Order: sequence, then structure tokens, then C-alpha cells
Amino acid sequence: MYVDDTIAAIATPVGCGGIGIIRVSGSDASKIAERVFIKKGNGGLESHRFYYGHIVEPVAGLLIDEGMAVLMLAPRSYTREDVLELHCHGGFLLVQQVLDACLRAGARLSEPGEFTRRAFLNGRIDLCQAESIIDLINSRTEMSLSFAQSQREGALSARLGFITASLRNALALIEAFIDFPEEDLDSASLGRIDFLVAQSREALTVLRNSFDHGKVIREGISVLMAGKPNVGKSSLLNALTLEQRAIVSHIPGTTRDVIEEIINIDGLPVRIIDSAGIRHSQDEIEQEGIRRALEQLVLADLVLFMVDGSRPIDSQDCSLLTAISGKRIITVVNKCDLPLLLDEKELPDGVPTVHISSKNGSGLSQLRSAIFKIFVNEQVTSQDHIAITTVRHKDIVVRAIECLDRFSGQMGVGVSGELLAIDLRECLAAIGEITGETTPDAILDIIFSSFCIGK
Amino acid sequence: MHSYETAYDVIVVGAGHAGCEAALAAARMGCSTLMLTINLDAIALMSCNPAIGGLAKGHLVKEIDALGGEMAKNIDATGIQFRVLNTRKGPAVRASRAQADKQLYRLRMKSVLEQQDNLFLKQGEVTGLYLEGNELKGVDTRSGIRFKGRTVVLTTGTFMRGLIHIGLTNYPGGRAGDLPSVGLSDQLRTLGFEVGRLKTGTPARLDGRTIDFTRLEVQHGDSPPAPFSFSTDRITLRQVPCHIAYTNHRSHEIIRSGLDRSPLYSGIIEGVGPRYCPSIEDKVVRFPDKERHQTFIEPEGLETVEVYPSGLSTSLPIDIQIPFYRSIEGLERVEIMRPAYAIEYDYVDPIQLHSSLETKLIRNLYHAGQINGTSGYEEAAGQGLMAGINAALRVRGKEPLVLGRSEAYIGVMIDDLVTLGTKEPYRMFTSRAEYRLLLREDNADLRLREKGHALGLVCEELYRGFQFKQEMILSEQKRIATTRLSMSDQEVAFLEGHQLSDIQKGTSLEQLLRRPEITYADLAIFDDVSRETRPDVLEQVEIQIKYQGYIERQLEQIYRARNLEDARLPEDLDYSCITGLTSEVREKLTKFRPDTLGQASRIPGITPAAISVVSIALRSTAWKTKNGIEQ
Repeated sequence: MYVDDTIAAIATPVGCGGIGIIRVSGSDASKIAERVFIKKGNGGLESHRFYYGHIVEPVAGLLIDEGMAVLMLAPRSYTREDVLELHCHGGFLLVQQVLDACLRAGARLSEPGEFTRRAFLNGRIDLCQAESIIDLINSRTEMSLSFAQSQREGALSARLGFITASLRNALALIEAFIDFPEEDLDSASLGRIDFLVAQSREALTVLRNSFDHGKVIREGISVLMAGKPNVGKSSLLNALTLEQRAIVSHIPGTTRDVIEEIINIDGLPVRIIDSAGIRHSQDEIEQEGIRRALEQLVLADLVLFMVDGSRPIDSQDCSLLTAISGKRIITVVNKCDLPLLLDEKELPDGVPTVHISSKNGSGLSQLRSAIFKIFVNEQVTSQDHIAITTVRHKDIVVRAIECLDRFSGQMGVGVSGELLAIDLRECLAAIGEITGETTPDAILDIIFSSFCIGK
Repeated sequence: MHSYETAYDVIVVGAGHAGCEAALAAARMGCSTLMLTINLDAIALMSCNPAIGGLAKGHLVKEIDALGGEMAKNIDATGIQFRVLNTRKGPAVRASRAQADKQLYRLRMKSVLEQQDNLFLKQGEVTGLYLEGNELKGVDTRSGIRFKGRTVVLTTGTFMRGLIHIGLTNYPGGRAGDLPSVGLSDQLRTLGFEVGRLKTGTPARLDGRTIDFTRLEVQHGDSPPAPFSFSTDRITLRQVPCHIAYTNHRSHEIIRSGLDRSPLYSGIIEGVGPRYCPSIEDKVVRFPDKERHQTFIEPEGLETVEVYPSGLSTSLPIDIQIPFYRSIEGLERVEIMRPAYAIEYDYVDPIQLHSSLETKLIRNLYHAGQINGTSGYEEAAGQGLMAGINAALRVRGKEPLVLGRSEAYIGVMIDDLVTLGTKEPYRMFTSRAEYRLLLREDNADLRLREKGHALGLVCEELYRGFQFKQEMILSEQKRIATTRLSMSDQEVAFLEGHQLSDIQKGTSLEQLLRRPEITYADLAIFDDVSRETRPDVLEQVEIQIKYQGYIERQLEQIYRARNLEDARLPEDLDYSCITGLTSEVREKLTKFRPDTLGQASRIPGITPAAISVVSIALRSTAWKTKNGIEQ
């Protein structure tokens, strides 16, 4: 468990606060500092001094953020190892990018509680402190547990489960020919192994690219505001963006075009789309607006279903709700500055509901956090592919792909099965950090169910 | 109960493959040892197939030999066909296998036991442990004699409440022709052990005079045959072939016609059988599309006509067995000499053991072999050896010997058994070993000789030979690292012929050998000395270089895991005192009582976070003091 390699992790809570801190601990901390931090002025980093500079991506040297760095050499540090702290601007993605830079520079992503464990094992903290931190580890673990459970049901996990199954089958084929040379097995299916691995690699590559170039990072997730005319979509957009962009009037059907605005929610880029109020109209221009709105609806990652709290639900609201069923929804009850006449029992079940007033701004921060929560905790994915949104997952997928590349290279030059198995096992172990371990028994189960073994 | 006059250090119950190694190890380590068996004529009997070794099993045999056990020497002296399997694959998964002359095998082992100082053989059925309170004092036998002993090793094989099935007929028996052991497993259950039931089977033995071998495929052994033991120079017995035959459609029809009288499918057999060793009816039912099943017709010995058709075990009634075996091409007139049968027996769930194979419930009691839910002679022998060693170490008041998962297949096996338990007969496979590339047959001596010598099981002469081999490997490694190419015309021509024109003058032989195109034998072109290198030395030098990248990766993994493996968990550790464990984890740890943090981490459902919590608790001196655990 305790290893003297160098670990890195985000030290500040995800998505909160104005600054983010990435902490690195281990013997390579100084080396990593040299690669990811360019100090202003001459000379290197002196221990226990705070420096201003640029945080860069270590391979191409691209600027990520300006920030501060402090190096704390052993033993005067939290873990009694060399520790580097990078302080950058807060926010979800930026902090992840800085962490990613540290990993590229040679650090390993830390396990939950690993900094504390090192601190304890190196005698830096005593039992009392350790015990209070154990609680912390546990609460963190529980959080990641529920996170894992929600993911297990999610698309990412399903995709990884599929990849795992393919790779287990490939490994079972290899292992069967190693352990049962005397059995009358069907001829060695190298082609089958090749196919299973190529298929898995392809699926993993799609996943990896979803992080590097994914819609989430390039465009933010798309949030469509949907509601009958005059429920206050445009004024909500204005309130969220704090600038007057859409034409706001009290005549139903004012918004005839689709208007987008990118807002920043705790560092998470979110594309809010205001659409023409969906309703039947004879007006040609408005009809075009409605057509576009329906198109946007198909593409949206999240729909804000807006209703007017000062009126009862009507048939128009209901037909709209039918149109957006199947999408991920947050119900937004606007005009909470007015008396509530709407019967909340008629609102969709199992969907978060937020009461706001775009007029006086109340409820806006709850709405922001509801959007953020859906993104971070439920892994909202864009429509046509499953995306990876955390460095941890990307790190795992990249490692898995590296293993498969080694595997294919080795298989190409005719390397023997027991060596090929090593790369496949490592790949499965990497993916297993998300989906669960592949035990030797799992492989034996496949062998015994697909081959008639037995002397 | 008559109390026998002598008190022994170690009493070994059972004289199968586990019992023999246990008794020999204990006696060779200087303990006065008693071996009790139901039948003195059935010592080291091969109850099933007349063969030793195979994938992962051959590895076990070589490890037993390196530690100073007897199995390898015994098969070398009585083997009648030797083959190395997987020769086209890498050295880590090459394995030795040999056919034995079954009668010679048991007779030679019996004679070795009889000549061993400190070892006494007696016939008797053990009906129970003799305890004073919870303290083990010896064993009681059916004939009314009580034997006192400081430690007891149980190696009961298939004998505890053994029940033999042939069709719907069944009767108590420990093996065809032998009585079962009755009473012992009931007592173990009463003492609190979880006792389960397993099943295994064996094919009929056929009369070779009634088989037309000319119509079967011949399979010869290797020539020259390679011995198992690091100390055997050569194989002396006459070598004979095996033959390969196949079942067909009609055979499968016959099997299907008898399924209604199968004890397996009619629910009479409750024990769980091994999936890797299914009966023929199981194969036909589970793989209905398979057109034929292969069988090796293995000779049972040089002086007998009996043969063993491997893979064709069955518990169907005899009137199905006869037409079934006769449906096979070449076996049309075959006569059955001993019918096939299935046997059910009691085993004791091995999670109730420490890694030393001592039971957690009763101090000084050790279990080895099928009683632990394993199958196979080699698995049994490996455990028997360790149980014998650890019983002897206990008698001497020393710490037990536990082999790590990175040191030996024996270590992998015992760790699997004590951490995971088993619900079906456990067999060794190379895929169970995460450090497979390090656990090779060829380096079993390099891994374990030292330990065998330290225990006193490897004699000085053998040990000196081993040290000499080690030195030669080191000096050859050094030599090829420092010998450089001179680039004579002949060398240049060779390199060009192998598409190695990029090799420069001054390249060392070691660097050259690193290239996949080059083998050690090719070095002869560049170097006269390499022609003289001993085969077992050059093998090690070559493997070290060819596998280097992979070996380093595995060593790195071992290094990472070592802290967990080294962290011992106190036997009386109270998991309820550790704050921060979930109740599920706490329950599991309390039930399994792992010996080390490494073992704990392998128990299904124990999370890395839980391991962190335990490890922090464990390292805390304050916590230790609070719980009265010594530093």
C-alpha cells in the first residue's frame, strides 16, 4: 500500500472556491515543479517560499493558468516528503487540467486518503489526528461509493463493462491455451483475440477522445430552456448572464430566434439555450423559430422545464412535458415573487424542482447548483457518445489503451501467450478501478463455460 | 482406550501424497513422527490417474523438490513416460509431466518412508482427535489404541465419510477397495469446524489385452526424458507410449440413454465436483455440440495390462459403462477390470486455517490435501510438505514457514485456500499466479533451495551443488556483459543474415542476446566459451535476459505489494475496536481472520479504503497499547 512514488491530487473541494490547490507529494515533487511551473524571474524554487508564475502543460508547454507555487522539501511538509502545491484559479475544469499536467509530468493519481496515510506512516501526525482523518477518508469513500453506484447504472460503466467482457474473453482464450495444452481445444483463435482487443481499443479511444476533445470541454454541456411563451425564459437567461441580450416583452411569442449564452457555473462551462416558446403559431417567422427549438431539444443535454408559478398547469405545459420526456430535466418554477397558484403535484415526478424569480433574482444560485450537481454527480453525457469528465477516469482509460497497444505490438511479433496475458491483465486491472476487479476465478469461469476441459 | 507407550512429536494421519511429504519432512527435521494409515499397502497410491505433473502441477513438484520433498525423486525413479508441455511457449509456462508405474511408485515411496529415521508406520483408522479441554494431545483409533502426540497433521483424502457411487448403487468407502474413515469428521464438526462435501470421480480401468492399439494414435514421451528432481541425473526405467482415442456420436447416445440412472443428475450426489475434471456425462450434457471427446489411454505400469482412459470418468451404471467404453474406436472388445465410480467425501473449509496450515480453532492441528478442498497429488504433496515443516517448526518452538505468492506456487495455493476458501475441488492453474513469469519450473531451486537447506531438508552435498550453479550463473552473466564483438567477417556475415546489420563493433554479447532474433546457442558464432556453458546455467542466463523487461515489471509489483504482505495482523485483533470500518467489512475480517494485510486485501469485498483504515490502526503504537498487543 505504501509506496515511495510521487502522488498528486486536487486538495480543494471540486468546483468550490475561488482558487484550486493541487498537491504533489513524493521524491519527484521538485522535478514535477520544474516541468509544470514557470516561475517569473530567474532561479529555481526555494523551499517554503511562495512564487508567482505560469502553470503549463509539460509536453507542449502550453499555458494552462497563471498561479502560485510553493515547494516544501522533506521533512518539513505535511507528509514529511517533498511536497509541491500549485494554486490556480478555481473551477472544475481548470483544476483538473492542472492535475492532469502533474500526472503527465510523472506523478501518480493518489488513492483516497493517501496523503494522510503517508503523513501518518512517516510519523508526521499522531493517532488522534489520524483517527479524525480516517473519518474523513471514510466519508470521502462513501461519497465515491455512491458516486460509483450512480455510475454503475450509467452509460460510462455500461460501456466499460462491455469492454471488460471482451477483454476477459480474450484473456480466457489465451489462458486456456496456456493451462490446457493437452486438451482437444478448437484451433487457436488468434483472429478472435485480435478482434476482441481491437474492438476494445476502439471503444477506449472513443472514450479518451471524449475527454480531450469532448463536447463538454469545447462547448460546455447544453441546457435548453423550454416552456410555453411568456413563462420568463428570456428573463432567466438575462438574469443568469447578467446582460441584456434577448428581447424581453410581455407579448407572447417575442423570442423568434434561438439564442445561446455560455455561462460559467463553478468553472463548468454551460451553454444555455433560449428558444422560441414552443406553441402553435401561424406566424411564419415564429414557425421557423419553433422548428429550431425542436431541433435544439433533440441535441440538448439537459432541459430546464419552465412553468409559471402564478398560474395553474395547463394543457400547453402538459404537451410540452410530453415533448421533452426522456430528456434529463430540471423543473423551474418561475415568478415565485408572485403568489403560488400552481399545484405542485402536477409537476413531473423524480425530477429536481427549483423555485426562482428571474425578476428579483431569488433561487438563481439554487438553480446553478442544481445544474452543476447533475453534471458532476450524474455524469451528464452528450447525446451521441459517452464522455469522460474526470482526470481519474481519463488516466485509467489512457493506461488501458497503453496496455492494449503494447499487447498488439507484442502479438504482432509473435510473442508467447504468457507475456501477452500480462498486458491484458494490466489493462483489465486499470479498467477494474472503475468497474471492479477481474479475479483469476472470473477468467477460469469463462474458460470452463466455453471450453470442454477435463482429463 | 489403551494409551500407547510412546509420545510422538508429530502424528500424521493418512499416507497419501500429502501424508508422505508431511511425515518425511517432520522426521527429516528431527521430530519423532508417527504415520497412521487405514491400509499400509496403499501408501502413496495413485487413486486416479497414473501420472504426476502437468501445467502448474509440474511447477509444484519442482518446488517440493527444491524444498527437500520426495515427490520429484519418486516419480523420476518410477516414471515410464516423461514429457515437457508447452515447449513452444515461454519458459514460465513450460511444465513437466510423467506417467508412473503405479505399483512401483507406491512401493518406492513406502520403502523411503520405512528407511527414514524417526519415522514409524502403523496401520489404524483414526476415529477422533484426543483432546484435553481444547488442547490437542493425540489421536484415538478404531482398534482402541490412543497415540499421544504434540502436533497432528490430518491428511484424510477422500476417506472421511467417503461414499462411492456407481449408478444408483452406492456404498461407504474411502476409495474402491478401501474402508471409509467414520467419526473423525463428525468430531471436527462438533468442535466447531465448518465441514462440507465434495465429489470427484475416476474412469474405469481397462484390460489392455482387449484394446486394438494399432487403431489408436501413439504418443511417445520426450527422448531423452527430462527428470523432475534437480538431483536426478537420468531416468532409468523403460519408457512406454500413451495412446489417443476419441468418443463418437454413438458413445454420446449411450451416455444420454443412461442419464436417468446417473447419481449426478438424479440428485443423489450432493457434493460439488470439479469443473475442470468433469465426468463424461457432464461433458456430453454441457457441450452437446462437441462431436467427439479425446482420451489418453495411459498405461498403469510396465508389468500390468491395466490401462487408464483419461477424461472418461463416469458414475453411470455398469450396464452403460460397458457399451460406452466399447463404442470407442479400437476399444470394441474392451473388458473393464475395475468400474468407474464417483466418490463423495467430507472436507473442512480451508478459510479456517492459518497460512501455516494450522487450524485457527485448534492449536497444533494441521490440515493438508483433499481435507482442504484441493484435488491432485501435487497440490496435496505441496500442502503436506508445508504442514509437516510447520508442525516440526512448532515442536521446535520456531516461527512457521509461509511462502509468499511471489515466491512459489505452493504459496499461491495456500494463500488462495486460506483467504478465499473453496466450494469446488481446488486445482492449481498457472493463471492463478499473478507473478507467473517469476514462478518457473526452471528456477524453483533458485527460489527455494536456500529455504529447504535452512530447514535441514536439503543435504549439504546437494546444497553445495546448488551454490556452485548459482556462482556459475553469476559469472556467466558477468562474462557476457563484458565480452564484446570483434566483428570478424564471419560475425558480420551472420549478423547480416539475421537482419542485424545495425549491430556495431563493441556491442556486448549480452546486448546481442537481448535481440529477439538471437538465442544463446547463436552466441557460439562469436564466442568459444559459451559453447561450454552448462545447459541449466545457460538457461537461466538466457531467460533472465529475454524476460528482463517483464521480470522487472513483476518485481516492481512485488515491491509495491510488499508492505501489505509483510504487515501481520495479530491473531486476537478485535476489529470492532477499529473505528471507521463498515459493518460488512468488520464482519468479513472477523470471520476470515486474515494473517496479513495482504491476505485481507484479497478477501472479496474488502476495499482499499478498509485496508488503509486497518493499516493505520495497526501502525499506531497507542492503539496497540490500548489493546494490549506487544510491540
